[in-house]
Amino acid sequence: MAEIRNYTINFGPQHPSAHGVLRLILELDGEVVERADPHIGLLHRGTEKLAETRTWVQSVPYMDRLDYVSMMCNEHAYCMAIERLLGIEVPIRAQYIRVMFDEITRILNHLLNIGTHALDIGAMTMVLYTFREREDLMDAYEAVSGARMHAAYYRPGGVYRDLPDQMPKYQVSKYKDEKRVRELNRNREGSLLDFLEDFTERFPKYLDDYHELLTDNRIWKQRTVGVGVVSPEQALAWGFTGPMLRGSGVAWDLRKKQPYEVYDQLEFDIPVGTNGDCYDRYLVRMEEMRQSNRIIKQCIDWLRKNPGPVITDNHKVAPPRREKMKSGMEELIHHFKLMTEGIHVPPGEVYAAVEHPKGEFGVYAVSDGANKPYRVKLRAPGFAHLSAMDRMARGHLIADVVAIIGTMDIVFGEIDR
Amino acid sequence: MSRIERLAQTLQEVLGDRALEVLVDRGEVTLRVAVADYLAVAGLLRDHPDLAFEQLIDLSGLDYSGYGNRPWPGRRFAVAVHLLSLQHNVRLRVKVFAEDDEFPVIPSLIEIWPSVDWYEREAFDLFGILFEGHPDLRRILTDYGFVGHPLRKDFPVSGHVEMRYDPHLRRVIYQPVTIEPRVNAPRIVREAHYGDVDHG
Repeated sequence: MAEIRNYTINFGPQHPSAHGVLRLILELDGEVVERADPHIGLLHRGTEKLAETRTWVQSVPYMDRLDYVSMMCNEHAYCMAIERLLGIEVPIRAQYIRVMFDEITRILNHLLNIGTHALDIGAMTMVLYTFREREDLMDAYEAVSGARMHAAYYRPGGVYRDLPDQMPKYQVSKYKDEKRVRELNRNREGSLLDFLEDFTERFPKYLDDYHELLTDNRIWKQRTVGVGVVSPEQALAWGFTGPMLRGSGVAWDLRKKQPYEVYDQLEFDIPVGTNGDCYDRYLVRMEEMRQSNRIIKQCIDWLRKNPGPVITDNHKVAPPRREKMKSGMEELIHHFKLMTEGIHVPPGEVYAAVEHPKGEFGVYAVSDGANKPYRVKLRAPGFAHLSAMDRMARGHLIADVVAIIGTMDIVFGEIDR
Repeated sequence: MSRIERLAQTLQEVLGDRALEVLVDRGEVTLRVAVADYLAVAGLLRDHPDLAFEQLIDLSGLDYSGYGNRPWPGRRFAVAVHLLSLQHNVRLRVKVFAEDDEFPVIPSLIEIWPSVDWYEREAFDLFGILFEGHPDLRRILTDYGFVGHPLRKDFPVSGHVEMRYDPHLRRVIYQPVTIEPRVNAPRIVREAHYGDVDHG
């Protein structure tokens, strides 16, 4: 009889289901994982160090590049930290815009997660559908900020500018004839809010389609039910947050429990799982998208009725309007001081956390009164989740490791920072 | 009495002298403890029914040399731990300064909150703070074979070495950095209340 020994394999860093640059050292007994040792840091760019050498506002675009599938939520936590240090209020309209884009971001993130998770464990089709919907939402990103992904739209004190009255339209080219262009532009005739409203009406139907594709799919269930089970006690001890915690049945959501911006005025529900396995976390994410859709609808209604400023009029924090700068001496000085020196943030330290699509994304900012942060520590949800990889994967088959990576919703931008 | 004030009061009552400072600022509570009491206090924070901090959210290293662009009078290295109590819905920051600036050592919380594992490895990697009792204190974010602790204030932003492919040796080599550090906007600490938002 052949002798069977444990052996070690190297998984990644270039593996399609490693979701980026994860290097896993797996110790195997046959096909069973005995120990998993994730090696991270291959995407480390030193964001925290760089932030110390930039003024407070200059670091906003770095935040987009942390978790590069939920860009605006990262900016949100960072801007909130600065606002708390300064003690300034954000105009109510800006708060609604932020909440609306947070939820758009949540849908963007979950669509990517569910699409690629399914792709990893053998359901090819899913990703094609979810990426179709992502395209619409990224057009919304582009309409407000000019960038499809790395928006830098949230600023300390509000958002960069108000929502546009027009959506950009497709034009006739040698690839798209007039009939096709007319069809594509059908929901782009009005403002951004009209475009998003059209999306929120279409989206529940799409969600039903996804459910039809996956929820009762025998293969999907075989790969996810009972895989990567985490009890509520374990989830808390391992520092899980977001859908990873709610999938285990702990009803904890910062949007409800420690509401920021205008979440306390909106109606939505928090889905929780019961078994704490990959399948439950998938269902939690699916339902979260439906709830996000609900929140977006409420925000659209409010934003239609209530015009107003979208960034604070405190010129120690946000630059004055350009037309005022042309004639006013004081505005010109404010602009010059802000652009050359930046915001002076009073000494102190805060920890600002938002309910990021992946969990709790927090920014611990320490200021010593300078125009640059003294220390910015980014608390990424994926970091805590991935650190439990060993404990979650132990005793599972090697193919389940892929399912566990998928369910953790890992993005290396935020883990490696 | 708000939740925050109540927490500050409970901390004073439960910890007594071991709480060197309980600071309430901007709606957040910061508790400062000595290294010697750190582990005992952490155990109390988790297990005392009025505190019940079930979850460790974050652990961050801090290097205070150069704080306020001045020589720092106190100890150089600190650790800030962010705790969350789901039961009472409050957060707490625990700060502890390491005794020795040359060889900062702080006890590990791994027995109390297992989630601290990678956070302590990160603080060790980036600041060189040693966590006594941590079973696997390896570098985590930096390269294999990296020298130095990059988030210390005396570590330059551009680092010490850069990596490139050498066509003659036909392998990847490390060499001293060739880029010039550049400062676009200098770091300035003005007098108190200089840029306060409520100033005219």
